[in-house]
Amino acid sequence: MIRFEHVHKAFGDKVVLDGLSLEVPEGQTTVLLGYSGSGKSVTIKHVVGLLTPDAGAVTVDDQVVHELDWEGLTELRSRIGYVFQFAALFDSMTVGDNLRLGLVRRALEPGEIQERVEQSLRLVGLSDTEDRYPAELSGGMRKRVGVARAIALRPRYILYDEPTTGLDPVTSAVIDQLMIRVREELGTTAIVVTHDMRSAYTVGDRIAMLYEGRIRQVGTVQEIQETDDPVVRQFIEGRPSLEDPRDAAALSGGSA
Amino acid sequence: MTHPARLRDSAPARQVAGFGTFALDAARALRDRRTWGPLLLEQMRRLGVESVPIALFIALFTGIVLALLSKYIFTGAVPIYFVGTLVGKAIMLELGPVLTGMALAGRVGANIAAEIGTMRVTEQVDALETLAYDKHAYLVVPRVLAGTLMFPVVTALAIALGVTAGYFTSLNLLDLSSAEFVKGLQIFYKFKDIWYGLVKAASFGAAVTLIGCLQGLATSGGAAGVGRRTTLAVVYGCEAILVLDAFWAVVLL
Repeated sequence: MIRFEHVHKAFGDKVVLDGLSLEVPEGQTTVLLGYSGSGKSVTIKHVVGLLTPDAGAVTVDDQVVHELDWEGLTELRSRIGYVFQFAALFDSMTVGDNLRLGLVRRALEPGEIQERVEQSLRLVGLSDTEDRYPAELSGGMRKRVGVARAIALRPRYILYDEPTTGLDPVTSAVIDQLMIRVREELGTTAIVVTHDMRSAYTVGDRIAMLYEGRIRQVGTVQEIQETDDPVVRQFIEGRPSLEDPRDAAALSGGSA
Repeated sequence: MTHPARLRDSAPARQVAGFGTFALDAARALRDRRTWGPLLLEQMRRLGVESVPIALFIALFTGIVLALLSKYIFTGAVPIYFVGTLVGKAIMLELGPVLTGMALAGRVGANIAAEIGTMRVTEQVDALETLAYDKHAYLVVPRVLAGTLMFPVVTALAIALGVTAGYFTSLNLLDLSSAEFVKGLQIFYKFKDIWYGLVKAASFGAAVTLIGCLQGLATSGGAAGVGRRTTLAVVYGCEAILVLDAFWAVVLL
């Protein structure tokens, strides 16, 4: 289980996480919602030790991530797959080599590595791209390769950072189905960071909303859809906030 | 008087501390040979072998100009065979290592900072870490080792060509005989002239590559950030070469 306990994180004067607490149950997909710049990506980067909390702790399987030494962190990372917002594929390597890199690290036999590469690419529907370079792929294909790279490691947990952002509706739906398929076939526990409500309702077992550095509300999809919390309602319904007269004036073309 | 604590927290002090921590992390990553070992030869080719043409180009013209200058300086005052002495000493001790180092600070330092900086801003460095790789073992160690090993090789080639260029210039444009040039070359020659230049070159290689990696990994802010860090890598690399040059002159001469 992944657990966030009163996590604080600031960059200079900007407080991003202000006492965030959240539990991610085993075998489920938890969607982390929030406005752009609210700290969703920062939150999940703590899980793999890419960021260290200023206060509080993130625990994975009862291990406090920021207290692990290098060997411990390496072992932890071998249990977690991370799908980056813009795929973060190594552009000097072919798709196949992108997938092999993590597998080579685990000292698998060459035959098993090749089998995993082919299986993972088949699972994301990109069997014919093994020898192509990331620059030759569309944005949606790159994201699917990013998913393939994560699942090739057979991780226990997968963290998806805005997996459908910037994609057309059809490709977004393909990615959503892919995330569901990965959970069903591999039984992974996942955190999906997004502000795409359609995607959140499709893939999520539970939804948590991050607001002003804390979890504003967490619940099942139905609980979130029926919430009375005005902040959560405004977000999930996509209503603009025009309480600030400058925003209203800018939209109407006048001056405040 | 500046308070010691304020001095410790000043920007230059933080930079030195940051560089020290970075160098220690790279040294620690040397243990992870399984990661950097397979990457070393490729980096030696990219940073060393591919730098040979620019180093030789600079050495060729340095040798020619040095021979012409020394003839201009020595005529009527010093025996003309000292052209060989000046060309040999200047290229082996100073111009070969320093000019090659400067050229490679531009080519190699900029290459490393831009490549790693782009990887940083596109989250490829983060991706590497999530795949359980030590970024220092994967990105820094092979480049620093390649630079430390290959800068002396490239410098040795540059020295050889520079002296040869000076030799042929003396024979064809200055009316020196081959015997006169060789006599001048040998007259004050010491074996130290060779290894002194190569030790300097190795230290330049380590400094330029370390600085390139540090600037690359510190990159933020997209394309503008990559450009800024690439520029800093070249500027700091050249400055480091000049400081190290003076350091070795004090310590070894």
